Amino acid sequence: MTTKQKLPAESQRTARIRIVLNGEEVDVSFAPYKTLLEVLREDLNHMGTKHGCELGECGACSVLLDGEPVLSCLVLALECDGRDVVTIEGLASDGELHPLQEAFAKLGGSQCGYCTPGMIITAKALLDRVPHPSHDQIREALSGNLCRCTGYLQIFDSVEAAITEISEHKRKLK
Amino acid sequence: MAINRDLPKRLSRTSKPAGDDLRVIGSARQRVDVRGKVMGQTVYADDISLPRMAHCKILRSPHPHARIRNIDFSRALARPGVYLVLTGKDLPIEYGILPVSQDETALCVDRVRHVGDPVAAVIAREELIAFEALDLIDVDYEILPTISDPEEALATSEPRIHDYGEEGNIHKRVSFEFGEVGSGFAEADEILEDLFFYEGSTHLAMEQHASVAMKDREGKLTLWTSTQVPHYLHRSLAKVLGLPTGHIRVVATPNGGGFGGKSDPLNHEIIASKAALMLGRPVKISLTREEVFYCHRGRHPVLMKFKTGVKKDGTITALDLQTLIDGGGYGSFGVASTFYTGALQTTTYHVPRYKFRACRTFTNKPPCGPKRGHGTPQPRFGQEVQMDKIAERLNIDPAELRLRIAVQPNELTANFLQLGTVGLDQCIRRVVEMSGWKDKFRKLPEGRGVGLACSCYLTGAGLAIYWNKMPHSGIQLKLDRGGGVTVQAGTTEIGQGSDDVLAAIVAEILGLQTTDIRVYSGDTDLGPVDLGSYSSRVTLMAGNAALQAAERAKAMLAEAVAEKLQVPMERLRFADSAVFDTAAPEKRVTFPEAVCFGEARFGTIGTVGSYWPPKMPAAQYKGGGVGTSPTYTYSAAVAEVEVNPATGWVRVAKIWNTHDLGRALNPTLALGQVEGSIYMGLGEALMEEQAFRRLPKKLSHALVHRTPSMLDYKSPTSLDMPEIFTEFVEGPDPRGPFGAKEVGQGPLLPIMPAVANAVYDAVGVRIDEVPITPEKILKALAEKRAGRLPRSGPTHFPDVSWPEALRVPPPWEGGDGHAINEPSRPAKPHPEKEKVLTR
Repeated sequence: MTTKQKLPAESQRTARIRIVLNGEEVDVSFAPYKTLLEVLREDLNHMGTKHGCELGECGACSVLLDGEPVLSCLVLALECDGRDVVTIEGLASDGELHPLQEAFAKLGGSQCGYCTPGMIITAKALLDRVPHPSHDQIREALSGNLCRCTGYLQIFDSVEAAITEISEHKRKLK
Repeated sequence: MAINRDLPKRLSRTSKPAGDDLRVIGSARQRVDVRGKVMGQTVYADDISLPRMAHCKILRSPHPHARIRNIDFSRALARPGVYLVLTGKDLPIEYGILPVSQDETALCVDRVRHVGDPVAAVIAREELIAFEALDLIDVDYEILPTISDPEEALATSEPRIHDYGEEGNIHKRVSFEFGEVGSGFAEADEILEDLFFYEGSTHLAMEQHASVAMKDREGKLTLWTSTQVPHYLHRSLAKVLGLPTGHIRVVATPNGGGFGGKSDPLNHEIIASKAALMLGRPVKISLTREEVFYCHRGRHPVLMKFKTGVKKDGTITALDLQTLIDGGGYGSFGVASTFYTGALQTTTYHVPRYKFRACRTFTNKPPCGPKRGHGTPQPRFGQEVQMDKIAERLNIDPAELRLRIAVQPNELTANFLQLGTVGLDQCIRRVVEMSGWKDKFRKLPEGRGVGLACSCYLTGAGLAIYWNKMPHSGIQLKLDRGGGVTVQAGTTEIGQGSDDVLAAIVAEILGLQTTDIRVYSGDTDLGPVDLGSYSSRVTLMAGNAALQAAERAKAMLAEAVAEKLQVPMERLRFADSAVFDTAAPEKRVTFPEAVCFGEARFGTIGTVGSYWPPKMPAAQYKGGGVGTSPTYTYSAAVAEVEVNPATGWVRVAKIWNTHDLGRALNPTLALGQVEGSIYMGLGEALMEEQAFRRLPKKLSHALVHRTPSMLDYKSPTSLDMPEIFTEFVEGPDPRGPFGAKEVGQGPLLPIMPAVANAVYDAVGVRIDEVPITPEKILKALAEKRAGRLPRSGPTHFPDVSWPEALRVPPPWEGGDGHAINEPSRPAKPHPEKEKVLTR
């Protein structure tokens, strides 16, 4: 039994990073082989970001890294020290849904919900960069995020409704 | 915030069903489970993590067919961090979804039947340790010859992939004749014979299968898993683990998509459970995407031969259909799938005489099973493409032809299926109008074309997998003094919105909003049995059970409130979270007050509801239960495509479709089901293939999956989607809750043939097989240029030694649903059949 209890080398949490996760600074130590997706889910208990393929093919694990959308299954966590990470858990504020979340909820943008976190994060990245994208720009931006339920059209509806809502909100603030 | 729940303009509705005053049903609502989904809070199986949890990985066969001579796992077990290694010896009891196909073991005992078949499992403190330990297991295989397709299976009786089935490598053959087709063909003016091939495809649910098993504080087993069928899994676990079902709790976590792929009890679920019981600590397994391709249970590849006789006016005189089905390495739902390749060929057009023969073979590939539309997309593709050919031969417009021969409401078909409401006529008329069919068909410039197709689908299988007299769905309702209502159901939320349907039905009856209802579903401890999320059964069956439970609760509250307000019960109305006198609305109590009066009067308020499908006395012959359903839905679709003759590339520009769904309970969700079905149909029409190839001889000659990854297995992306225009044809069906019929599978079925027919309209070549790839189009265009038959498709149907047909005269020939002969069947060894507890 004694040998069984020994921690194998590859499992030792020898790596350590400090990141800003959804606006909060966090320290985390982990086995160095892990991807950002694995560290988020397994070591930081942020389960909102999903596994779909682990090979960068489906988009379910999309997160924002320094504001850019990345596939967290292809990013080594070790590369993220000192960087800013936004996941689906970081979109709502004070219990209020982000307009994208609200639109996906109301307009059928989410069925089984498994692609939804990655889809919303990717849409947010688009809107952060291009506040008023065309329909084709939306289609293009989301083309790396697979969804098997909706046929995408209600997802386009949701993104478009969120755009209107966000610009209305900005207009009111002015 | 101000985002409205408006329905998009691309959806139209024929007319709102008249004469009702519904507050919840029929209006666009935010589904009850969606907040967690958009926030990343919904807990899927892979999101569960428990203290002391161990991780499991499975060693899978690299060979498509081999005998296991020996497994030595001593090196793996010795590796630090490894807790346990399991092999087939630990789980020798056979199981399977169907009682007649108990042919799987959770880990292969002495034989592997496809690449990816599970051979051993390692359970370790971390996933990586388990994964690396797989390399330390030495398996001594004796390689066996492999069978790659049904034709090879028919020609190769030895070695047998399974020791049961009809004979050799034939798993199941069926043969029926409803009326003498010979005389039907003699009456025909034209007889068309066509061969079609439908390639297999997989579900590709975004969520990879995952399970977490735990031995709980009472020593009992709890399994959280992404399954569509917690009840059947519950049964299989009890059988394989040798435990009473009362000591097992299965919790179907919200599925990240199912589409039929999570409808079998699956080996990894059993392995995790066994390991958790042995180790006394939670065990988790999450399949990789590649493993999901091996798990499969997807669309069967089917070769079809359609022979149809027609009169000059389009009247069908006889149909003779043969199907040859590639089953893969195990039975799965295959026996049912075999029947389904012919059961519904009589439900769209009037077929007076019908012969149907089907044969499913075993091959050394991952097992096929049910995928959205289960067994019917393949023959529907053949039938609808052939209908296009018939229309051309008879010089009748394809829409007009279909209108002439469409079935009528409440018709009893040649094979004794009792139809209910039938909206086919209206579906065709409306889709023709919406799409501008008459201005487009055979009139668009070369390279552009339109195609039309129709279909029909079940609203729930009329027959349960285990025949017994118990209900197919049950609901328990609990009312709280504070006005809260809890629905406990055995249904599984796979993304289709079943939780929302149940909440809506209960809310409508009790005068509440869906946000007042809490639904607990998919838990065998908390809810009554529901057979599962398959065959488009949940809305109608569980919905009717919910309706009954809610009506019963309402009756109790009404009696108590009537007493309190001194108002006759029948004058009370439940609406806007209150109960009031319709004659004097100021006489009212709030809903929570009503519950309190009810509880004071009757004690704790809890009710149950049950649903049994209506008795189906018509189809008395053996096999007649397959295809029966409380009612059927109808769909029609027109596809408009552009075909590039230089590249063979097909771009689907637009789809118009109409679906006869009885009533849309939540039109936002119903539209999502329709558009999702069309999307999946386009994938099957144009690109998706669960196809295999042999490695070169020098590289083991193994039969391997061509594309076991999401990158290589092509599925449509957001850029591939056409414009879609949908119309709901709403005519409430008396058998559905508030008139609702299914909407999750039917709309997929006309898409593949509509695209094939549109390609023909565009460039004049027949692609009699899916997927319709550029290569096939270029090949057919080359044939056309060479003056040969402009077609790509199968060229022969192998000889099958069909058994004597079961002869059942159709209703119009005086048939009463019984067979008039008893074909002799060769005696065959069966696997041990599971005892059916009640009949």
